[in-house]
Amino acid sequence: MKPSRFTYHAPTDLDEVLALLAQYGDEAKILAGGQSLMPMLNFRLLAPAHLIDINRVSELRNYFLDDSGLNVLALVRHRELETSPEVELAFPILHEGLANIAHVQIRNRGTVCGSLAHADSAAELPSIMVALDARMNVRSQSSQRSVRAEEFFRFHLTSDLDASELLVSVDIPAMRTGTVGVFDEITRRKGDFALVGAAVVGTWDSDGRIQDCRIVCSGVAPTPLRLTEAEQFVSGTDLSEEVLVGVQQLVMESLEPTEDIHTSAEYRKKVTGVIIRRGLARLIDQRRDIHV
Amino acid sequence: MTRTSDIGVMDKTRNVGVAMTRREDERLLTGGGRFLDDLPFGDFYEAAILRSNYAHARILAVNTDAARSLNGVIAIFTANELGPIMKDLPPKVVHPKLNYQVRLPIAMEYVRYIGEPIAVVVAENRYIAEDALELIEVDYEPLGSVGSTAEALKEGAPHVHVGSETNVAVHIIQQAGDPETALKTAPHVISETFEVTRGGGHSIEGRAVAARFDEVTRQLIVWDNTQAPHYVRQMLATIYEVGEDEIRLIAPADIGGGFGPKAQFYGEEVLIPWIAKEIKHAVKWIEDRWENFVSATMERSQTHRVEVGFDEEGHLLVLKDVFEHDQGAYCVGLQVPTITMSTLPGPYVIPNIHSELIACYTNIVPTSSLRGAGRPQAVVAMERMMDRIAEHLGIEPSEVRRRNLIQPDQFPYAVGLTFRDGSPLTYDSGNYPELLDGVLSRIDLKEFRGEQEAARKSGKFLGLGLAMFVEGTGIGPYEGARVRLTNTGRVLVSLAASPQGQGYETVYAQVAADALGCDIGLVEVRHGDTSFIPYGQGTFASRITATVGPAVWEAGGELRSDILSVAASLLKTDVGGLDLRGDAVEVFGSPEKRVTLAEIASIANVGRHGMSVPRDLPVALERTSYFKPTQAVYSSGISATIVSVDVETGKIEIIRSILGHDCGNVLNPLLVEGQILGGHAHGIGNAIYEEAKYSRDGQPLAVSYLDYALPTAMEVPTPELFHVISPSPLNPLGVKGSGEGGTIPLPASVANAVEDALRPFGARICELPLTPQRVLAAIYGLPKLEP
Repeated sequence: MKPSRFTYHAPTDLDEVLALLAQYGDEAKILAGGQSLMPMLNFRLLAPAHLIDINRVSELRNYFLDDSGLNVLALVRHRELETSPEVELAFPILHEGLANIAHVQIRNRGTVCGSLAHADSAAELPSIMVALDARMNVRSQSSQRSVRAEEFFRFHLTSDLDASELLVSVDIPAMRTGTVGVFDEITRRKGDFALVGAAVVGTWDSDGRIQDCRIVCSGVAPTPLRLTEAEQFVSGTDLSEEVLVGVQQLVMESLEPTEDIHTSAEYRKKVTGVIIRRGLARLIDQRRDIHV
Repeated sequence: MTRTSDIGVMDKTRNVGVAMTRREDERLLTGGGRFLDDLPFGDFYEAAILRSNYAHARILAVNTDAARSLNGVIAIFTANELGPIMKDLPPKVVHPKLNYQVRLPIAMEYVRYIGEPIAVVVAENRYIAEDALELIEVDYEPLGSVGSTAEALKEGAPHVHVGSETNVAVHIIQQAGDPETALKTAPHVISETFEVTRGGGHSIEGRAVAARFDEVTRQLIVWDNTQAPHYVRQMLATIYEVGEDEIRLIAPADIGGGFGPKAQFYGEEVLIPWIAKEIKHAVKWIEDRWENFVSATMERSQTHRVEVGFDEEGHLLVLKDVFEHDQGAYCVGLQVPTITMSTLPGPYVIPNIHSELIACYTNIVPTSSLRGAGRPQAVVAMERMMDRIAEHLGIEPSEVRRRNLIQPDQFPYAVGLTFRDGSPLTYDSGNYPELLDGVLSRIDLKEFRGEQEAARKSGKFLGLGLAMFVEGTGIGPYEGARVRLTNTGRVLVSLAASPQGQGYETVYAQVAADALGCDIGLVEVRHGDTSFIPYGQGTFASRITATVGPAVWEAGGELRSDILSVAASLLKTDVGGLDLRGDAVEVFGSPEKRVTLAEIASIANVGRHGMSVPRDLPVALERTSYFKPTQAVYSSGISATIVSVDVETGKIEIIRSILGHDCGNVLNPLLVEGQILGGHAHGIGNAIYEEAKYSRDGQPLAVSYLDYALPTAMEVPTPELFHVISPSPLNPLGVKGSGEGGTIPLPASVANAVEDALRPFGARICELPLTPQRVLAAIYGLPKLEP
């Protein structure tokens, strides 16, 4: 469990990072928090010829929260956001998701953008970003683009990034008044990747109906999975018991999840329905809290 | 938590029985522990091992040319270069009927499990060594393979050992009474099949071996983080064909966990010292976590088919259990399944017993003892059936147990079977009703059943599970201690067995200080080096307290008597008028008449060069004692678990975990408590989390902690502990082992609790561990997750 030989680069500004990516592209990997990358190197599942350590790039270290939303740059650690009372207030669902990522030691090092670029569909943040309609700000030496979360995750451990690009930051739009969201997951142990997980977001209108509901699952497909049929089923309703039972049934009947050594597709079908129902029920509690 | 510091101890002792913190703690808690890879080896080369990618294959060719030419590679060895040591690594426990198959240090013609060594690369460092591994080309001819006992026993299954007519390693039946007739005549007979998985050891430090041939002393010095240094030395001496004194084997003072796998003997332990001698340069090999997953022995599944016959009141009349045990690719020893066979009857009076073992070879890394060592599986088979009897008759499970318990006045109690040590399964001591009462005084059954009923109405499912066990500990053949008065007036205790966190340096100082009557601060304990004491067996099978304990006690007592004799001679008085206190011997009533231990050492040990001493003056004050138990001593215990099961997700929450334990007299309550807490964590892992998964053809599917759910502090509840003390009459300290009691009953107890919680669904819990998948499968009949 020792990595193969690589050349280590420690650039100090973003231009340098992008230049190195332009030069080495396919043969390079970015090292930010290293919490997924280092084990993969040690197992020799990856053997990049070049490692570009961005930890000295101070311009990537911050996050910015204002009325329009949250902008998280590439070196922001999970734990920084998790422990920010302002972030918790503005994005309770994000706080909940972050607290579910692995263990404190890992959250101290792992980065938000690193987790997104790693694109593990069983992870918490990809689903939450899709649910919140976040945008990924991507740069290469010659180009700059912004990709919607929904289009960013392509396959298991595969994002829309090309070899010369860096995920520089993620933009999460502010949650409107009345917008609520929860994240829940079922894991074998605390801190494990989700057997099933779901981010559920919606906006309560003044008539007590939930609107624009977004339901995104972790761990059931090669990418975060948006359940549009279920979203339509609940949007515009008051989330009565009948609706909750109905959406659970709908998910159980329509989902075609993956199977792995941890659990069966049948389990995922059944329990995804359960956690979505429970998540939606919590949106009712949150409505009381925000006094809509 | 119940503290254990108030429990009874032997009379007239000052240190034994006291909850002393470990002397080892300071260095371990401040980062000062020195594990094998921390030793200042300097310029040792590092080895990496090429391991089989195939569960079963014939090796047609191994080409190491490219690897050899890599810069920094020193040497590469395959079976071809290791002729003189291509000898059998014999199993520990055998049986005349064993279908014996040779296990070599490194694969020669065939590989029989993924992870089996094929080549050793020695390089300037481990990075280069691993680069070289990638350059070695192995030409495999893949052969059919089997990844479970079920696959191995199928008609026409591929044979793990080409040329053998069967995958059955051994088929043994033990009987007491007349089980066949009893099954026919019993008023009630019920049966069930249980699949139980016992996970791996997962010590925080993997295996490690370093070696250097000392050209000056012509001695091979081997550092090995084994649980059994003298055993390894003896095996090496046999294989290398040298005298035992030509090898010095050192188990470092700090070893990061053992749990059984480090008590076995492996090919790597033969290869590394030999290679160091061959290349005339020191070498070390540090097992990494992946290697630990695929090449350290582990325990695994057993499949039990159990039948019990009983009367209207639930009295047991007959027990029949036929079980399959996965031996892995080779037989490292039959200790685990033979322990299973004799653990089945537990604390119950069972007049008729049929215990039948079918051990199978599979294309998986061999199995061997691991904390609990075959017992958790047996306890599942027995204790799950006790609950089924209760269900069948509509009686409270605790009541069925009470009616069948062996009573305190029935000891010694002969079960009618044979234990793993070869002696009759005869329990020496115990008080099983008191264990059961201990639980029932902590859980109000009536109140719980009311709460359970009420909770069910609101969709919450609570369950209570019990499990009792009897555990053979303190087995032979012997273990030794050497106690010496040093020139500084201190007492040096040397042990053969090496600890892996058990606190030997503390507890055997307590025993020695009391045996001598001296200040405990004067006693130092060292261990794990074959140069300290000539013979030993090692740390395994919860045997050290009941073997080393008495050895230290006896040797300490003899040394005391020598010291008093010398003092009597110097003080010109009778031994009877002397007392050893603190660091000196005094005349009773005249404390000014005294001689210090240092003075005694100076006279009796240092001596005056060339001068005679009085005839009756003892000299060379060192005493060695090897304690040889006549049979195992039997610890016992009970686990009670209260769980809440989420019937929509299959998640289990442990609300209460109570553990009652009887290991006889307690030498250090803090250490016993630590053993039980650690064992409990292992038990929780076995009950709910840990599973070494393999595909049907033997591909390991969980080779990192991402996939292998070792429980963490987040998953393990703090148990409530209590002690029952029934001293063993078979050793002078009245002690029995405590290393495994926390683990053994947990899988059965948790499974009983979960089935109790799910009784309204009629769910049948027959497979462990209880993953969310399995719990939902038991409730809703989801299809089984096929490997």
